[in-house]
Amino acid sequence: MKVKNILINGIFKENPIFRLVLGMCPTLAVTTAAVNGLAMGMAVIFVLSASNLVISLLRNFIPDKIRIPAFVVIIASFVTIAGMLMEAFVPALYDALGLFIPLIVVNCIILGRAEAFASKNKPFDSLFDGIGMGIGFTLALTILGIIREIIGAGTIFGYPIMGQSFEPAIIMIMPPGAFITLGLILALVNKLDSGKFKHGEET
Amino acid sequence: MNLLTVSSSPHIQTKETTSRIMLDVVIALIPAGIASVWFFGVRTLWIILLSVASAVLTEFLIQKIMNKPVTINDVSAVVTGMLLAYNLPPTAPWWLAIIGSVIAIALVKQVFGGLGHNFMNPALAARAILLACWPARMTNWINPDGVSSATPLIVSKIADSTSSATSSATQAAAELPSLWDVFIGNIGGCIGEVSKLALLIGAAYLLLRGVINWRIPITYILTTFIFMFLFNDISIYDAFYQIFIGGLILGAFFMATDYSSSPSTPLGQVIMGIGCGILTAVIRSYGGYPEGVTYSILLMNVAAPLIEKYTMPKIFGEVDKYA
Repeated sequence: MKVKNILINGIFKENPIFRLVLGMCPTLAVTTAAVNGLAMGMAVIFVLSASNLVISLLRNFIPDKIRIPAFVVIIASFVTIAGMLMEAFVPALYDALGLFIPLIVVNCIILGRAEAFASKNKPFDSLFDGIGMGIGFTLALTILGIIREIIGAGTIFGYPIMGQSFEPAIIMIMPPGAFITLGLILALVNKLDSGKFKHGEET
Repeated sequence: MNLLTVSSSPHIQTKETTSRIMLDVVIALIPAGIASVWFFGVRTLWIILLSVASAVLTEFLIQKIMNKPVTINDVSAVVTGMLLAYNLPPTAPWWLAIIGSVIAIALVKQVFGGLGHNFMNPALAARAILLACWPARMTNWINPDGVSSATPLIVSKIADSTSSATSSATQAAAELPSLWDVFIGNIGGCIGEVSKLALLIGAAYLLLRGVINWRIPITYILTTFIFMFLFNDISIYDAFYQIFIGGLILGAFFMATDYSSSPSTPLGQVIMGIGCGILTAVIRSYGGYPEGVTYSILLMNVAAPLIEKYTMPKIFGEVDKYA
């Protein structure tokens, strides 16, 4: 598989949020503002590409029976690095994301890619799979964050854009807003895709 | 006359259609609308019309976009728009009515498949969302004379909880209106909920026409009455007074009886009414909100499929598996 295809695959065709519907917990929880979604995505890009690379390098040395614990140890190491870096250099963001940074360890996108891709493919391909998936995740979270922030707070990346008379709909930055926004986006993505494939036809 | 017409079943037909039922509900809602215009002024009429117009327009546009047959002729969007407007305070800004109608029709009704597929009452769900979004706008009550004040429900709630510090404004207004004022609607409250007299006239019409039956509304109101009496240290008269304040009459007759979001089995309807009543009494007595009708109906809407599953009448000749 070509590197370009692997990248595009992660961003569009198998977008972890909009197509695979993986990693819902951070998706719904941290996207109260665009910048939170972006930061969460960045952390995931780093962890995903690094863990994919290392797991792919070690794929012939990890015994099959204990592969999941081994993957988790590798992933947890990178999550710890990401968490410490964020705490040191962007403490405000670290506070905003809070618990969801350590929870990247159990994010099913990362374990899913380790299991489905990195443990079966060459290091170089795995690295780009991680980057592509990470970008797809970041893109989805940022879109969600932008929509929720505009309607729920009247700002975009913290800059007010809706004018003085705008009264934000608070529900959009509360949990129900996350479900409503994600549900509508998923419906839209399915609608846009449904034209491409005939019903019941495998691709 | 040709007596030998050959046709397939059904052979006995009723003139009852969806649009006729919905039209009956609209007719039944009109007295309450007139009462609110009488008490709060012509402004409420504009809110009602705006809400209805945007509900119908939203239904039309969504069905056009989704390539579905346009069914605005069934009048159901008009009912939703009216009910939503009746759930807004008389001071509601124009955009609140529009956004509420769009939420009710687009998000709660059409996304789930349109009329008959909505699992919640669209108008009530929209009200709950509006209340979460703009709490100050949605609780900006005025008395019929235009003075902003607390509703009787809030007053009785404050009177109950002596521990909470009340501001001087609410203390000044902390005098409950007479039962007569509450009954005819000379009090603060949502547009459609104030005049119990007008609502009961409409409800009687619906019951006579057979559009709704007595089970949900009567069990709902009775249960609320009983549990308000049991939960609080109040007299029978005060518990009776509780029936007529807030949105209980509007909710019990016009919203808890929504066909698609309430059980269709007779026993299920009784359970629905009792459940709504208990929840309303719990929220009114112990909850953070003064009114519990919205949330109790919505919660029981969600439980309706389960209730239906367990109250399905036995098919004739069926044997109980575990007998």
